[in-house]
Amino acid sequence: MAQIKLSNLRHSYMPAPKGPEDYALKEIDVTWRDGGAYALLGPSGCGKSTLLNIISGLLTPSEGQILFDDRDVTALPPDQRNIAQVFQFPVIYDTMTVGENLAFPLKNRGVDPAMIKRRVDEIAEMLDVTDMLNTRASGLSPDNKQKISMGRGLVRDDVNAVMFDEPLTVIDPHLKWKLRSKLKELHQRVQATMIYVTHDQTEALTFADEVVVMQEGEVVQIGTPVELFERPQHTFVGHFIGSPGMNVLPCEAKGDRAVFEGHEVILEGPTHGDGGRTDLGIRPEYVGFGDSGIPAHVTKVSDIGRHYVVSAMVGNTPLKAVTEHSVPEPGSQVYLQFKPEQSRVYRDGWIATEERAL
Amino acid sequence: MRTENQKAWFFVLPVLALVAFNALVPMMTVVNYSVQETFGNNQFFWEGLGWFEQILRSDRFQAALGRQFLFTFLILLIEVPLGIIVALSMPRKGFWVPVCLVLMALPMLIPWNVVGSMWNIFTLPKIGLLGYFLNDVLGINYDMTQQPLSAWITVIIMDVWHWTSLVVLLCYAGLVSIPDAYYQAAKIDGASPWSVFRYIQLPKMKTVLTIAVLLRFMDSFNIYTEPFVLTGGGPGNSTTLLSIDLVKIALGQFDLGPAAAMSLIYFAITLLVSWVFYTLMTKDDAQ
Repeated sequence: MAQIKLSNLRHSYMPAPKGPEDYALKEIDVTWRDGGAYALLGPSGCGKSTLLNIISGLLTPSEGQILFDDRDVTALPPDQRNIAQVFQFPVIYDTMTVGENLAFPLKNRGVDPAMIKRRVDEIAEMLDVTDMLNTRASGLSPDNKQKISMGRGLVRDDVNAVMFDEPLTVIDPHLKWKLRSKLKELHQRVQATMIYVTHDQTEALTFADEVVVMQEGEVVQIGTPVELFERPQHTFVGHFIGSPGMNVLPCEAKGDRAVFEGHEVILEGPTHGDGGRTDLGIRPEYVGFGDSGIPAHVTKVSDIGRHYVVSAMVGNTPLKAVTEHSVPEPGSQVYLQFKPEQSRVYRDGWIATEERAL
Repeated sequence: MRTENQKAWFFVLPVLALVAFNALVPMMTVVNYSVQETFGNNQFFWEGLGWFEQILRSDRFQAALGRQFLFTFLILLIEVPLGIIVALSMPRKGFWVPVCLVLMALPMLIPWNVVGSMWNIFTLPKIGLLGYFLNDVLGINYDMTQQPLSAWITVIIMDVWHWTSLVVLLCYAGLVSIPDAYYQAAKIDGASPWSVFRYIQLPKMKTVLTIAVLLRFMDSFNIYTEPFVLTGGGPGNSTTLLSIDLVKIALGQFDLGPAAAMSLIYFAITLLVSWVFYTLMTKDDAQ
């Protein structure tokens, strides 16, 4: 188990990258504390799998260093880094039994047979696969196969980190939830650093203590699920996390006010910076209805079970609001009220308001 | 209530007729010949299982059968491991993939008798490139027209040259279907190259390898054209394989009864060995 530190990491799949657009990963600096549960969240092609493969040693970065507990492992091959990785599609050694599969990483490292047996039994018990130990692994269902590949990672008690590369992709929806809670439970038991790559916000937010949101090879925000939701540092985070995502509305910034479609909106605090493109960011959850405020025209109301999503037009700008009761009729005229402490200005995508001191 | 009707049979009829015409009828003719004696003029005399007994007891048949098994055994012994090794060393990505594939496919595209002629001309002592080189440059006494050992080596090398590609291509198809994640997982698990072969590549190649072994067995067991063109079964009878002997009896001596009995025995052996092979190789999966 170890603390993982990525310093000035850059990677390009091209032999001679020129501009920043040639890099799959641009300048990554992250420190992951020992024993933490982290998620790497981002859309397909944002570089999260590349980053994962760099940490596990399957890829060597073009620039920068990877440190495990201050030991530079950048040049080490995967088997010497003592990490475990669980892949999108379960990797199982078909000709072996479940028990042999679990024992394989230990056998390759020449561990004492009695010790192997003890560890395999222990892990099998943790994963609830004890009764399958002697069956051929090839006939298992995908969720059990994925459990076994997880088990192969956890069986070594000296693993520095366990990495998951979208491990629930091929699992049936009703088993996803079970496997996810198993994973959470395992994390609490083995206390290994776990890094979980996914493009599914629910998976990331439920698994991780801290989520790293990536976009186009860059880390846009690192934070707890609550931080990501409450105070997105970038419009991308606001939009990517939450359902529906944050409203991003073109506006003009004036001190601690924003002017949106001719209406003044009070912000959480004063804006800083100059120039660039300014947008007003507010989550649909914090857009309320009232007797006065910004006039809007309701275009659509969708019932999504727990609450209603109201789509409305303010001038020529569409936005969404979430409400649980007092649902307006489509076609009606309403007044919207933006919660000031949740209204922010983003300059060129990045947050540009300061939190008002309480 | 029965909801199906028997219409489907109607659609199978044309195929059935075709198969009857090109397989069943000729086959039955052979069965017919195998139990009778004829002296021409369409006169037939019942012989019972006499021909079968005569063939099975004859030294000539037993020797040819022995040579046939030895030949098939040797070429399987060489072609299967060699095919696997070549397939493993072929590139999986990039510019060289199509080049390798085309080069591999080339020998298989050449007709059998052309292969026989090529190797005949290539290996003839004095005038053949290889024959001349071995004898006159390296001083090795090699003459496939005179020495049984030289003839055997030539026939086997020719078959290896012609058909190893089949094993290579089938194995290669099995290999490229293995997702990268397997190799990455093996790396992380600290598996040795041998373990990767033993636990990942070989199991994934198993199905195609079964097919490759079966095809190579059947083809090599029934081989005729190439050794016939190369050595004509000689020197002496040293490379007279079963099919060559069969043609000699049927068309050379025109002994239709014994030839028919021999064909049926030949067919039964091929079928039996293929079945045993297949059962053994797929036994594991059934468990």
